[in-house]
Amino acid sequence: MDIPKDRFYTKTHEWALPEGDTVLVGITDYAQDALGDVVYVELPEVGRKVEKGEAVAVVESVKTASDIYAPVSGEVVEVNTALEKTPELINQDPYGEGWIFRIRPLDIGHLDDLLDAAGYQEVLESEG
Amino acid sequence: MKKTLLYQAHLRHGGRMVEFAGHALPLQYTSIVEEHLAVRRGAGLFDVSHMGEFLIRGREALAFLQWATANDAAKLKVGRAQYSMLPNARGGVVDDIYLYRLAEEEYLMVVNAANIAKDFAHLKELSRGFAVELTDLSEETALLALQGPKAASLLQGLTDADLSQRKKNDVFSARVAGRSARLARTGYTGEDGFELFLAPEDAEAVFEALLEAGATPAGLGARDTLRLEAGFPLYGHELTDDTNPLCTPWAWVVKKEKDFHGKEAMLATPCAERLIGLVLEVGIPREGYRVYSGDRAVGRVTSGGYSPLLERGIALAYVEKEAQEPFFVEVRGRKAGASLSPLPFVPLK
Repeated sequence: MDIPKDRFYTKTHEWALPEGDTVLVGITDYAQDALGDVVYVELPEVGRKVEKGEAVAVVESVKTASDIYAPVSGEVVEVNTALEKTPELINQDPYGEGWIFRIRPLDIGHLDDLLDAAGYQEVLESEG
Repeated sequence: MKKTLLYQAHLRHGGRMVEFAGHALPLQYTSIVEEHLAVRRGAGLFDVSHMGEFLIRGREALAFLQWATANDAAKLKVGRAQYSMLPNARGGVVDDIYLYRLAEEEYLMVVNAANIAKDFAHLKELSRGFAVELTDLSEETALLALQGPKAASLLQGLTDADLSQRKKNDVFSARVAGRSARLARTGYTGEDGFELFLAPEDAEAVFEALLEAGATPAGLGARDTLRLEAGFPLYGHELTDDTNPLCTPWAWVVKKEKDFHGKEAMLATPCAERLIGLVLEVGIPREGYRVYSGDRAVGRVTSGGYSPLLERGIALAYVEKEAQEPFFVEVRGRKAGASLSPLPFVPLK
């Protein structure tokens, strides 16, 4: 499984990529592979204030629905509307075109609480 | 958890194994959507060896089956098959089944995997007083399903039978890839196709030969999306011990002009609900989601999912008998508009 080193991760399989004063959020290659064909994404409203760990979006595959949690507290400032028509971008390019939403964190320093690539790799290994 | 005879073959072909009715079976090999479309446009191959098979034979086999099943078994000529149901004493459904007439006094019944023990005990009980012998062949029968518009042409290259002479619901013996098989032109996908009953030792060779000939291996995930799109019931969801089949789109199975076990109770039970098909404007409905008619909760989804052909969420749902449009399905606290759909959800041949 691909785990890019340029970003942060959560135990719940989201990734968080800092870009200026915002953070781009998506799900990992492992998560998209486990979900299978993504067929629908419920996006949050732009402007919504979210707490770290709050369910913000829902990714539905053929077999199941999965909550996507905010990796940091802040405000949703952009959502990937391309997913409305082409949710399969999450399968095809989970770390790029398949991003889900962008948050402006209350404190960008809070990203340090998240896992790095090596830490996330350990999570995956412990899940077997 | 039981492993079917093809367990190793599934792993070799990349199957993601999950448990279903006590058996380890592939949920998917590559992608549920891809496998679904392979069956709609080409030919897909399923291992359905978990299904149960009972042999029913004897002088009074027909009389017994007329009593135990809701459809008219007397209509079955040798070499023909029919969809049917096993009613219980209260007029509910013990199981939905497929019945094949193999010889004058010999029938094969294919039953749902989760119901093998229940069905066999039920039939055994009902068979008292009939000159009939029941044998559970589930453990020594492998079953493959080759389904899709290209199933016949693909299979024709591997068998000595002339498939152009075989109609839907025919059952016959033939050689397939050099092995003895019983073939039936039946399935659970809404497509043309064949089911292949095989001896355990032949299962893997035939499975591999069909893949080699171009069939796409397909898992339980696609099996479920295909049957849902085709508007077929799944036991435990649309049909249960408490379901009156007369209140379902499959009421045609029940032949009221003949006598059968549970008939009086079935006829005496009024339909409080009806089963409908719904296509959602947005979102994916799942089992248990509530259905509304306007503002009023009127029912629940029994099977829901994604239709790869419609690219929409679709559902089978029980609603109050008189409930009318506009329908909505509650998806995570929000009501999604749902239009009434005929079954099947998509045009099928």
